[in-house]
Amino acid sequence: MSVLVDEHTRLAVAGITGREGSFHTLNNRRYGTNVVGGVTPGKGGQDVEGIPVFDSWEQAVAECQPNTAMIFVPPRFAADSILEAAAAGVELVIAITEGIPAHDELRVYNLLKRDHPGGRSIRLIGPNCPGILSPGKANVGIIPASFFTQGNVGVVSRSGTLTYQIGNEIARAGFGCSTIVGIGGDPVPGSSFVDVLELFQADEQTELVVLSGEIGGSAEEEAAEYIAERMSKPVVAYIAGFTAPAGKQMGHAGAIVSGSAGTAAAKAQALEARGVRVGRTPTETAEIAVEVLGRASLPAA
Amino acid sequence: MDLLEYQGKQLFARHGLRVSPGRAVTTVEDAVAAAEEVGFPVVIKAQVLIGGRGKAGGVKLAADADEAREHARNILGMDIRGHIVRKLWVEHASDIAAEYYAAVLLDRSAKKPLVMFSVEGGVDIEEVAERTPEKLIRRHVREQAVEIATAGAADADVVEGVADALLALYEVWLEEDATLAEINPLIVTPEREVKALDAKVSLDGNALYRHPDSDTLSDSENEDPIERRAKEQGLQYVKLDGDIGILGNGAGLVMSTLDVVAGAGGRPANFLDAGGGSDAEKVKQAVELILENDAIKAVLFNIFGGITRCDEVARGLIAAFADIGESGRSIPFVVRLDGTNDLEGRRLLADAHLPNVYTAKTMNEAAEKVVALAAGVGAAA
Repeated sequence: MSVLVDEHTRLAVAGITGREGSFHTLNNRRYGTNVVGGVTPGKGGQDVEGIPVFDSWEQAVAECQPNTAMIFVPPRFAADSILEAAAAGVELVIAITEGIPAHDELRVYNLLKRDHPGGRSIRLIGPNCPGILSPGKANVGIIPASFFTQGNVGVVSRSGTLTYQIGNEIARAGFGCSTIVGIGGDPVPGSSFVDVLELFQADEQTELVVLSGEIGGSAEEEAAEYIAERMSKPVVAYIAGFTAPAGKQMGHAGAIVSGSAGTAAAKAQALEARGVRVGRTPTETAEIAVEVLGRASLPAA
Repeated sequence: MDLLEYQGKQLFARHGLRVSPGRAVTTVEDAVAAAEEVGFPVVIKAQVLIGGRGKAGGVKLAADADEAREHARNILGMDIRGHIVRKLWVEHASDIAAEYYAAVLLDRSAKKPLVMFSVEGGVDIEEVAERTPEKLIRRHVREQAVEIATAGAADADVVEGVADALLALYEVWLEEDATLAEINPLIVTPEREVKALDAKVSLDGNALYRHPDSDTLSDSENEDPIERRAKEQGLQYVKLDGDIGILGNGAGLVMSTLDVVAGAGGRPANFLDAGGGSDAEKVKQAVELILENDAIKAVLFNIFGGITRCDEVARGLIAAFADIGESGRSIPFVVRLDGTNDLEGRRLLADAHLPNVYTAKTMNEAAEKVVALAAGVGAAA
């Protein structure tokens, strides 16, 4: 098993006719992901290398039954595209788009929660995220799949490149991943660390989880609480931004220390207080993960 | 300007209010097609700007296509108190367990927005107001703000003033796409006037396209000139107070690089995210930006190529070196290239024989090298 995307994924892509959208969609298809359609208003009837394009999510769902949506449209249209995909019945929406206004993200988050209570029938990952990769099964988004092999480690991260960095070090030590989930760097992500940890805890293939957090917000503190109370699987964490000055946005819209809230030190402390080991560098994090995996003498898949 | 029912519903839906799926049509055949599309039973409603449509026979339930056709034929062209029906709204009929009433309106006598609610909906609300006024709850939006001010124990004589301030703040937050609207202190003058003595407002940079006027508000005169130029070039740059220039790809990796350099005893001079998929030209611009800071003693390039290709980064660095002057060339660079096309990138760098450029295989090794170089200790290439 793995979480969220796998060989049963039927992917449709909003913004498939754009430069980035088509490039990454075809990349995902080459990896083996089942891409069934695309959505670009006004371009219905066209195709992208054989992938049919529809004018709306409603039509795409009626014609080719996607169960996963990837959003690649520009920020000002992204909120509506997410809601439209959800309303049309797509269960998992993965929003890659960076730069969606925070008020739009608030609206989308609360509408999805209201219209799909329990959060199980519809799930939003992102926005401003690299997507989800289940090695050997499916890749939805922009994660470079060649660094990862199939295995027992679940990875959940607010940052793309940092995920590749840590994941690659674990891979070089001979361990693979069940699924790599990028939850994104925005202030109002559709899914939190806790949401994804819950999935990894329930996933048979996953035996250890690497959590990569950063400054801003309180998602890491909430994860610490969840891990202590609900998880039996080991979690190893990394937090970026110890040297970030307060009040400065560090690249990601959500990566900002506001006053004394959201510091890396507080997050690492919250995790360690709950028994989660926190690596001081990406390398140390990978080393701890490998050490824990080795001790459990888990075979690399 | 009054809207037809279906136009109002579209507006509601846009703001997240639940409505039934439906279609606006102008012909009998389209009405039948719409009914089939939204699913029976359907309700067919005359779209006219006058009340009492139901009593006039302008609203009908249809269980199948034949009924839909018959009702559509009867209602289209109907004269409802002087309004000719030219448009129908066909929506899936809802099961109803209770009918309430809700409204927000301009209360002209109080000169305030008024929210009204009643459990006695679905009938003429004026009758409810007259017969059972206790069942029509009326509150000015402002009363909530008054409640907050009262709960916070503001002096009784300034509760109204505080409520006004709270409402204004909320309006700023909502209408300006703010992520923060803060007043501290909000003062009470000896004349018992409530006034903002300070203002702290953060607007959402991602929403500036909705507020073209706000774009000019950025304090560009006091902004760091390098940060300003980076913004113009679409690069994410934050100036810090150290002496080691940092460039990486991806916000998380750059933040992490700053930490690792600090952990190795160095002081980062900046945060600079070249972003995903950056090409040689962007890398060249980034190098120029970093070197604009006079405090720089050494520079670290930390690239883990995903979408970004290491050979492109190497080309950018080589191109930048062709342009930078003698002073730039005296500054040592440590380059760590890993990931997509890393071998090609490293080979390009080696072949270019750039003066003062050192390579490192890992992030930690790169950090240690750059810290030593910034401290004036030579490092082996």
